[in-house]
Amino acid sequence: MSAVGADADDRVSASTLAAPVSDAVLLDALQRAAFDYFLQAVNPHNGLVADTSRAQSPCSIAVVGFALSVYPVAVAHGWMLRADAVARTLLTLRFFRDSDQRGGEQSSGCHGFYFHFLDLRTGARVWRSELSMIDTALLLAGVLTAAAFFDADSADENELRQIADALYRRVDWRWAQQDGGSIRHGWKPESGFLHYCWDGYSEAIMLYVLALGSPTHPVTSDCYRAWTATYQWENLYGYEFLYAGPLFVHQFSQAWIDLRGIRDGFMRSKDCDYFENSLRATEVQREYARRNPLGWVGYDEDCWGLTACDGPQAEQLALCYRQGRWFGYAARGLPYGPDDGTLSGWAAAAALPFAPTCALRAMRTMLARYPEMLTAGRYASSFNPTLRDTDGNAWVSAGHYGLDQGIVVMMIENWRSGLHWQLLRDCPYIGNGLRRAGFRGGWL
Amino acid sequence: MSATALAPSGSPQDASESERLRNVHPLAWQNPTPHGRYHLLVIGAGTAGLVAAHAAAALGAKVALIERQWLGGDCLNVGCVPSKAILRSARLYAEMRSAKHYGVQAPAEVSVDFAAAMARMRSIRARISRADSVARLVAAGVEVFFGAAEFNGRDSVTVAGTTLHFKKALIASGAGPETPDIPGLVDAGFLTNENIFDLTEPPRRLLVIGGGPLGCELAQAFARFGCQCTIVQKLPLFLPKEERDAAQLLADALAADGIEVRLNTEAMAVTVKAGAKHVDLRSDDYQSTVVVDAILVGTGRVPNVAGLGLSAAGVTFDAERGIHVNDFLQSSNRHIYAAGDVCLPHKFTHTADASARIVVRNALFMGRQRLSALTIPWCTYTDPEIAHVGLYVRQANDQKIQVRTFTIPLHEVDRAIADGEETGFVKIHIRAGSDRILGATVVARHAGEMINEITLAMVAGIGLGKLSSVIHAYPTQAEAIKKAADAYQRTRLTPWLRAWLRRWLAW
Repeated sequence: MSAVGADADDRVSASTLAAPVSDAVLLDALQRAAFDYFLQAVNPHNGLVADTSRAQSPCSIAVVGFALSVYPVAVAHGWMLRADAVARTLLTLRFFRDSDQRGGEQSSGCHGFYFHFLDLRTGARVWRSELSMIDTALLLAGVLTAAAFFDADSADENELRQIADALYRRVDWRWAQQDGGSIRHGWKPESGFLHYCWDGYSEAIMLYVLALGSPTHPVTSDCYRAWTATYQWENLYGYEFLYAGPLFVHQFSQAWIDLRGIRDGFMRSKDCDYFENSLRATEVQREYARRNPLGWVGYDEDCWGLTACDGPQAEQLALCYRQGRWFGYAARGLPYGPDDGTLSGWAAAAALPFAPTCALRAMRTMLARYPEMLTAGRYASSFNPTLRDTDGNAWVSAGHYGLDQGIVVMMIENWRSGLHWQLLRDCPYIGNGLRRAGFRGGWL
Repeated sequence: MSATALAPSGSPQDASESERLRNVHPLAWQNPTPHGRYHLLVIGAGTAGLVAAHAAAALGAKVALIERQWLGGDCLNVGCVPSKAILRSARLYAEMRSAKHYGVQAPAEVSVDFAAAMARMRSIRARISRADSVARLVAAGVEVFFGAAEFNGRDSVTVAGTTLHFKKALIASGAGPETPDIPGLVDAGFLTNENIFDLTEPPRRLLVIGGGPLGCELAQAFARFGCQCTIVQKLPLFLPKEERDAAQLLADALAADGIEVRLNTEAMAVTVKAGAKHVDLRSDDYQSTVVVDAILVGTGRVPNVAGLGLSAAGVTFDAERGIHVNDFLQSSNRHIYAAGDVCLPHKFTHTADASARIVVRNALFMGRQRLSALTIPWCTYTDPEIAHVGLYVRQANDQKIQVRTFTIPLHEVDRAIADGEETGFVKIHIRAGSDRILGATVVARHAGEMINEITLAMVAGIGLGKLSSVIHAYPTQAEAIKKAADAYQRTRLTPWLRAWLRRWLAW
């Protein structure tokens, strides 16, 4: 595999990016640096991608979904040759096609779903992780994106599309639906289904759309209604929106699906759509950071980003900080927390399509104040200005997380070209799933 | 008439306890001799039974009241009253430990005097028992019988060898703690609400099984008394009926009190080794064992229906739901009614009270009052408290009712900030297209006090918009309700209206 274009040594630093470079230069640099994660974290022998850049990290199937989604961006920008991207995508899809689907403790999956974490080398389940419905959905979002982008009539690209179709069709979504209700979170060979279901507004729109759009094993039509019955429409800080605390909830599914101007029954009843809702959720983030009820250092309307991310843990901190409550990796949210003063710079980048002016201002402000949040030119999972080292630098999460890099690449791309939105608009399964969920209007 | 045996109390027999027992079951009590047919015969002298007996007697009815143990029922003796008393002491210990957050010099060492807290509890319980005393009942004209009641026909009951006849009867026998089917639990011994208030010293290590109101309240209290507490809850959240945000805030609060919170976890088996209780836990495929000195079970309550001879009276019941009643609280024997925990899904003292009043009107005065017409608030008295009234959003969605929710986090409320009590919120749900309040949830240090205003508004048909014009004393935490109302009013300012106002002001 070869990458073309700038490499890591050419990247500008965070402090430079915060200075007077144009938006285009800033976004180019951030997007390219984020993409490079996938070149560095991939196993070139099977296409699996590490969850994080940390030593011994396993593969996260969701990160593979992001990888498959950013290869088209790399082709479009000239960072990868199309043939190389096709080869890497094919390698990945073949792995999943041929993976052990017997559902054993060492398998890769069953019923077409996959375990959340796989051994990067062998693809076997690790960490006794669950068969994950949402992470399988994010993986398949990448699979379908690749199939939509690589549309040439060549042997490789024909095979790529054929495998992608087979992977989607073999997922038994109905099996993962509880009786007449919403979709379950996961399953384990040792204990069966987890007790949790996908209830309450979340990043699961993609999951429900894929589960409804399947021509082979769709969930029943009442499934989406069962999910939206758990929604909460709230007026908070003067904004009326479909409430969810962490920002990534408002971002992840829309990395792939263009929800501008199309509405399901719930959004019709509120005269809103999910895209507009994500704009409002971004504004609510700004309002919360401006109020900063817990008094953390740094928060204001241009310094925000409470989302799912890594964070400090007491035992790893200097003595003076150990008395506090620190949450490690957690879905940070508002207005009720958890909030330990930890923010994610990438969350602002992921808000670009919804609130470009606010997002860009926040990106620049945060990079100027806390340039240490950018390591190797790309966003760390999080930073915490309340926790400072002896040099006065904010605490910064070590290494990088694949999910964060993927969403940065995709949301910058969607804002500038709408590439992923356009690709999946043309995917019949997505359109069918949206229509079965009750979406109408707009491009649909 | 024979004297009835006094049910033993496990509490230390101090002056308070003697007073309570004198009030709720005097040692030398002699059951009266019944005369003729009673207008209303009441079985059970808990909240529902006492309210009904007093109300009926006050209206001139001839009333008999049968109690097998203590007047006042669970609420007075082993429920709300003793638990709220010890929660207050526990909260003060928590505040002493966190005094520096309020700019107050914290005591150098906070040592817990558990025995003193329990003595205070007994004193409070004894004082409140005066209102429920046998002397007050007798003074009101109620004939009180102690002993186990059993129907021996459709219109008669036997107690302590005496048969009483009635025109109407009310079964208010209450509910008792459920014993979960966990191998080894019974042999190892466990605490429930019925005996935990007898403790004279706190267990060093306590496992609480069940994340309902009782389990959460007492886990937090005992943690604040210095116990090393673990709470296991089978479901992924505490208080499964409550809003997710409320339940999540509670989980955070319990963790902040040092409680080991084990959600999505089941207790599988108990064994005793060297005097300690070893409890095997399972969460999906993860298994572990906790070693504790005591186990508190708070997994639920089951109605007291055994031994009442209900079949002889033609009263339909089952072990889970209790006595089956219609919306008028009438059982399958139309002369026999039920009220309170023995028949209602909402097992609260105030619901028992309200249902008993319905029964008196319906049974004695041909009333047609319906249980379903009640607006019932409730509260879990953790810190923060979690209070609710009316519909949840989920219920409204299921009924296809369009809902708007107005949320005020307590960090928006000056008094909550000043009090250092910012954890919580007020959420008020209204029907879309109107300002009719459908329900509300309040999480706050004194949520139980705050929910009453919203309940009043619902019962009186006062819309959320009107609450905006109600002056609330400043600064109070209840101002959050007005802020929610103000937020609603602002949404009425449509773009058209805003433009019109601009033009008006420009002129």
